[in-house]
Amino acid sequence: MPRQIAFYGKGGIGKSTTSQNTLAALVEMDQKILIVGCDPKADSTRLILNTKLQDTVLHLAAKAGSVEDLELEDVMKIGYKGIKCTESGGPEPGVGCAGRGVITAINFLEENGAYDDVDYVSYDVLGDVVCGGFAMPIRENKAQEIYIVMSGEMMALFAANNIAKGILKYAGSGGVRLGGLICNERQTDRELDLAETLAKRINTQLIHFVPRDNVVQHAELRRQTVIQYKPDCQQAIEYRNLATKIHANGGKGTIPTPISMEELEDMLIEFGIMKTDEQALADLQAKEASLCSAG
Amino acid sequence: MPQSADKVKDHISLFKEPEYLELFAAKKAQFECRPTDEAVAAQAEYTKTWEYREKNFSREIATINPAKACQPLGAVFAAAGFEGTLPYVHGSQGCVAYFRSHLARHYKEAVPIVADSMTEDAAVFGGLNNIVEGLQNAYKLYAPKMIVVSTTCMAEVIGDDLSAFIATAKEKESVPLDFPVPFAHTPSFVGSHTTGYDNQMKGILNYFWDREAQLTATPGTKINIIPGFDGYSVANNREIKRYMAEMGVEATLLGDVSDVFDTPSDGEYRMYDGGTTLDDTRAAINAKATIALQEFCSQKTLEYIESKGQPTASFNYPMGIGATDAFLMKVSELTGKAIPASIEKERGRLVDAITDSQAWLHGKKFAVFGDPDFCLSMAAFLMEMGAEPTHVLCTNAGKEWEEKAKALLASSPFGANGQVWAGKDLWHLRSLLFTEPTDFIIGSSYGKYLEKDTGIPLIRLTFPIFDRHHHHRFPSFGYQGALRVLVEILDRVFEAADAASDISYDLTR
Repeated sequence: MPRQIAFYGKGGIGKSTTSQNTLAALVEMDQKILIVGCDPKADSTRLILNTKLQDTVLHLAAKAGSVEDLELEDVMKIGYKGIKCTESGGPEPGVGCAGRGVITAINFLEENGAYDDVDYVSYDVLGDVVCGGFAMPIRENKAQEIYIVMSGEMMALFAANNIAKGILKYAGSGGVRLGGLICNERQTDRELDLAETLAKRINTQLIHFVPRDNVVQHAELRRQTVIQYKPDCQQAIEYRNLATKIHANGGKGTIPTPISMEELEDMLIEFGIMKTDEQALADLQAKEASLCSAG
Repeated sequence: MPQSADKVKDHISLFKEPEYLELFAAKKAQFECRPTDEAVAAQAEYTKTWEYREKNFSREIATINPAKACQPLGAVFAAAGFEGTLPYVHGSQGCVAYFRSHLARHYKEAVPIVADSMTEDAAVFGGLNNIVEGLQNAYKLYAPKMIVVSTTCMAEVIGDDLSAFIATAKEKESVPLDFPVPFAHTPSFVGSHTTGYDNQMKGILNYFWDREAQLTATPGTKINIIPGFDGYSVANNREIKRYMAEMGVEATLLGDVSDVFDTPSDGEYRMYDGGTTLDDTRAAINAKATIALQEFCSQKTLEYIESKGQPTASFNYPMGIGATDAFLMKVSELTGKAIPASIEKERGRLVDAITDSQAWLHGKKFAVFGDPDFCLSMAAFLMEMGAEPTHVLCTNAGKEWEEKAKALLASSPFGANGQVWAGKDLWHLRSLLFTEPTDFIIGSSYGKYLEKDTGIPLIRLTFPIFDRHHHHRFPSFGYQGALRVLVEILDRVFEAADAASDISYDLTR
């Protein structure tokens, strides 16, 4: 059985970028990898393939009439250093059911032997755990470890806590565990502290703090991972460190202890990110006063 | 009033009364807004042409009268074949009413299946509460020994995770922790009832062999037989068991509905009767081998059984001479038990009967429709009798079946003009029958509309048979079954000959 991992996180947090850079580093460690992109936008393999994958499972299934008419070769493309890439794809926004699309795609891949002969299967999953379709990768016999990509921004922390709730729901009956948080630096106040504290509160670890570096943007514009674009830069070393830590983290996942909304807000206030009501009111009054005196 | 309590007219004669005829005529004239009778007749005539056939076959989106049912029907059928088992469908109750009525109309038996009645709120919030309460109610009210869960489209679209839900329900004490609740995901929009049968059978074995306890196989002398989805299962399963007894072979039929769908009327209602015992199902992992009687009902199940180190073999509905021969010889090979003279004699009698009637069957053309395995063995048996399977149509079949069917037709001169139609529906068949007619149609009750339209007599030989009674009480498997199939075909052949005869209206045929 391959080791199955999944990357979850708030939309726009850099899941796809982080996961692809990490996997590019893992493949350098002689691991055979399959990526299963579970996002209708189908951008989970763009940096590995150096192009956006057009032949998603659902796109081809819609053309062929049924997923049963597809062959594995049609939907699996080989990217950077032999990484196998697939994308579930999905309907246009506003129509259909993307979640069912994810279920259909994953079932198809599994039944047709895509999971044979790989060391890692990596799922890249859109946004929070919403419907059963996007929870598919954390069901029984799927991903054993979930990595949550987050940052020091409030909404990213909310999302991380929500995903932990989703994992907890499935952890009791199955083997899914939280592997850790990956903090993608946004240069917010006391970001590392905050990420470490949240990790501790929800009974997991901050597996790596990925510093912000513009080289990621440069590489992304060229549809490449940093590992491929500038293999010797500091950012590439960061991703290699992350990959090494994930590789060593097998079987060490935990059952998360998500916290309540109030607890999370209190934590943010403690860190000075969110103001207390009194403080907010006082600030407002001070602001108004200054405006009046200026007028 | 045409209807009175003293002399009740049934609907066959009631609607011929002048009051109703008048009403129908008025409705047609005032409300139906239909074209003239001539235009309707001309259009109906047009649908019989080659030109229309080509249009019909270039149809891409719509399916009209598919000769298949959906996954959960097969799943509840598979589940029903186990001791004290209540099939449970996680989904909307309307679907489940359909499974119940479909089976009840065919077997003329009460068919208990429960639904957990998902409604809009369950579609939004997930069906976990339905499973928790549903399992509890079903367990308390109906005292089953096992509850087997399958799903409808609704639960599948929202992606309910049965494994996690059932585990949670057990934690919440809906049913005891050690109470067997196997499950299978059976989305209706994928595959057909044969897929559902396969998924559920695998789910049940997987529960007893892996989930309840991790069993390891210690191969013994018994063999397992998986009958597959079969409308004649009541008599066919008994026939298979008779053969096994006569050969001295110990066999476990996995999913045996023969007593479940054939309970006696003796004053006692049996909600559960017969079925494969749960202990036998656990012990089935230790069988010497597993034989599936219907390949296309058992592919995933056999794969799973093979993963436990057990050899498997599969057949395509052992009906007819060659198919029965192959089945019995395989059983003999696997168990080392000889085929006794008594069975050989049965075979001889069948060959004798076919020879007696051969002149009436030679060169007769047949259209066959039904499930993948049935179609294959029916076509093979027709060719054994010297008849020609002109059209073999299977809605729930793919490329693999198509190749197999083509190879089968190519194996005999009687198949030389035969054509194979995978994935086509009964409206396609209608076009085929008008443009390249056959002498007879073999299929289910749904063929009666083709019979009415084309005037080609229908022979009912496969599930579902709603409009004739008790066919399922007589076997179609084995040599005895083949004899019965032969007689049914011959009866229609002679009826057709009589109907078409004037000076040849003979007493002796």
